[in-house]
Amino acid sequence: MFGRLNWSAIPFDQPIVMGTCATVGVVLLTIFVLITAKRGWPYLWREWITSVDHKRIGVMYMILGLVMLVRGFSDAIMMRSQLALAAGHAQGYLPPEHYDQIFSAHGTIMIFFVAMPFVIGLMNFAVPLQLGVRDVAFPKLNSVSFWLTAAGVLLINLSLFVGEFARTGWLAYPPLSELAYSPGVGVDYYLWSLQLSGIGTLLSGINLTTTILKLRAPGMGYKRMPVFCWTALASNLLIVAAFPVLTATFAMLLLDRYCGFHFFTNDFGGNPMMYINLIWIWGHPEVYILILPCFGVFSEVVATFSGRTLFGYRSMVLATMVICALSFMVWLHHFFTMGAGADVNAFFGIATMIIAVPTGVKVFNWLFTLYGGRIQFNAPIYWTLGFIVTFVIGGMTGVLMAIPPADFVLHNSLFLIAHFHNVIIGGVVFGVMAGMSYWFPKAFGFKLNERLGKAVFWCWFIGFYLAFAPLYVLGLMGATRRMQHYSNTHWQPLMLVALAGAVVILLGIALTAVQIAVSIRQRHANRDRTGDPWNARTLEWSTPSPPPAWNFTRLPNVERTDAYWHMKEQGVSHRALPGSFVDLHIPRNTPVGVFLAFFAVIAGFALIWRIDWLAVVGLVGALVVVLREYWTTERERIVPAEDVAAFERAHGALPVGHERSEVRVASGVES
Amino acid sequence: MSADEQALSPIPGVSLALRGPAPSRVVAGFGFWLFLLSDIIIFAALFATYSVLSGSTAGGPSAAELFDKRHVFMETLCLLASSVTCGFGLLALHRTDTRALYFWMGITFVLGACFLTMEGKEFAGMVAAGAGPSHSAFLSAFFTLVGTHGLHVSLGLVWLLVMLLQVATLGFRPMVSRRFFCFALFWHALDIVWVGVFTIVYLGAK
Repeated sequence: MFGRLNWSAIPFDQPIVMGTCATVGVVLLTIFVLITAKRGWPYLWREWITSVDHKRIGVMYMILGLVMLVRGFSDAIMMRSQLALAAGHAQGYLPPEHYDQIFSAHGTIMIFFVAMPFVIGLMNFAVPLQLGVRDVAFPKLNSVSFWLTAAGVLLINLSLFVGEFARTGWLAYPPLSELAYSPGVGVDYYLWSLQLSGIGTLLSGINLTTTILKLRAPGMGYKRMPVFCWTALASNLLIVAAFPVLTATFAMLLLDRYCGFHFFTNDFGGNPMMYINLIWIWGHPEVYILILPCFGVFSEVVATFSGRTLFGYRSMVLATMVICALSFMVWLHHFFTMGAGADVNAFFGIATMIIAVPTGVKVFNWLFTLYGGRIQFNAPIYWTLGFIVTFVIGGMTGVLMAIPPADFVLHNSLFLIAHFHNVIIGGVVFGVMAGMSYWFPKAFGFKLNERLGKAVFWCWFIGFYLAFAPLYVLGLMGATRRMQHYSNTHWQPLMLVALAGAVVILLGIALTAVQIAVSIRQRHANRDRTGDPWNARTLEWSTPSPPPAWNFTRLPNVERTDAYWHMKEQGVSHRALPGSFVDLHIPRNTPVGVFLAFFAVIAGFALIWRIDWLAVVGLVGALVVVLREYWTTERERIVPAEDVAAFERAHGALPVGHERSEVRVASGVES
Repeated sequence: MSADEQALSPIPGVSLALRGPAPSRVVAGFGFWLFLLSDIIIFAALFATYSVLSGSTAGGPSAAELFDKRHVFMETLCLLASSVTCGFGLLALHRTDTRALYFWMGITFVLGACFLTMEGKEFAGMVAAGAGPSHSAFLSAFFTLVGTHGLHVSLGLVWLLVMLLQVATLGFRPMVSRRFFCFALFWHALDIVWVGVFTIVYLGAK
């Protein structure tokens, strides 16, 4: 009846897990009671859960990322404290089988459920606004993407309380991840949660690529697109090209585990190295899927806060697209030790080093933009300057490891761990934080508290160096990754420094929460009434903050790069056009996404625990939702012209009584 | 077509990239093309795996011993013919000719079903002969690659039925025509994949 599921699946004997269970339960219950008491459910359902507005969906992605950052970071600080303790005779407080789950969960969560939602959230929010259009190409699909990601999040968090998580590392290499060596549900949780969120990501990639290539404001040619849109294009092209490989690879491992196939097994001709090749054909582009949009954020921030056009727009675009193409030619550098031979390793080593060239071009472009600019020292520019320094160091250690003989020494050591945290924290986290403080006033209509924002930066910046500089040294001393205990007590002092760094980062994360709370309290003082709080250059700042559901009452007409700056220079009125308004057609809200995700979670959970009938329920439910959607003919909602006019008047764009009927304003793309 | 599409589409002399948002018909088709490309990448991963594992028979039967090329050739004819009839069906859709649409799409369905039946027979025969997917890495890769294509064809048949029902209940509204157009793209893409399967798996059997 319930497959492999029974009471022994709940780890009553593990105090750490049960304590977490209780805490999470209390927090969720409190939130539930608060929302119910304030009668917030109808509002949440109407305005957020069923929303197809790309801005709302973007914000929900960011919230999801923040929540999961706390989860992923808890894993991190547990690992650091374990390693600070477990030297010599001491064994620490985490037994190996628990420690193995923690490092696997940490990597999986940080990449798939923190970094990805953050980056997709920023792109979702900013890209249509920067392109000067009303929404993404497929607004409903956007909601489906988000909710499928949330479904993956739910499944992976369930593994904490019901059953176990994988002990295989974040990429679940076979043969360890095969049924013979991982008979439990851990790897199944891993596979199904990533399959669900992976489909969400793929759909999101298709959606945003179509948006950028097919929906741009009149006059917005490719050479006039903001650099963030270019980097988003590169990132989404990579999603479309790389994520299917991940889906296929996981599908093969699932067949091995569920149906006794022999793709990656040790026996019957299976080939585990095939999995490792395939997973990195996804995995290396994934690195650029994450970092390229962050490069875009830094480009926007640098130009805005230096008060000048980005230096070398064309070389920036070219460098982005070169990285996009090269990212598919370097996957083997993740396993030089496979022993593919000197010629193969040399090819991939050189290809890897070549990527440093376009990245270097970008760094110089940012520096030259700053040089001679009038820099406003706000939080986003702090993150950017911190990024430039940190990322260059991370890049150099990367080039170092691109040399195959050096990699043979450093492979799977803490040096590697230090390297990729150097680029992921220094690049992706800093970029996301910069983007968040940059676009926050656009999303909510008020700025984040600056002082706390800078405090958060210093915590992350100092904390990062404290936590990871020791790991470079430890790696050179021979410490490997994924070890739960070490006998060489000389390593312990450095491990303690690393723990101190993690604590400083913890302070930064806590301050982020404080910053958001304080900023909400002070929102009236920090209100953005102009829509353009930073004196910025691109179109998202030409519409009020927060923008209306339709983004732009009149689609802007673009004449060059930095379109909004140009309008400001020319004194062209971008909004206050005395014109008459017509009814706007915008896509209707829909619960399709959340319903699909609901049935996907049911099916996923059932498959993990081998509850066949429940899996059928989930699949049939999902099918019914899709069919119902197919016969829904009312797909748009009309915003009456009076409401549009009222909005414009309320935002000071339109002198009352100046309406004339010469401007044609009409719907975005119906889905 | 909404107002700004009408205003924007026929501007002579303005480059396509500068004309503003594309009409929804174009957007939907383009998005679906991207989806198909991503789907083909799934097949690319499966083809790559098959190529690597096709020699790993683990002492079991090899490709050359198992495949009946004449049977597969008949299968191929069914599928390719169904693509042609699907094309005629799409022309009927553009003419909003309901009867022709039902006729051609009906034939498409039957041909697709024939293909699936023949493939099912081939699979069943192999399993009965003790050459099931868990027998060797080669057979795992074979059943997964060809089976994934078969699964796509099955889903395509279900989708075709749904689309015919849509036409019957909702008529030729733009939403339905767009979807039918996407279905046709999907069906043709499956042919392209099958050409790869036929060439690499069956003709390349050693």
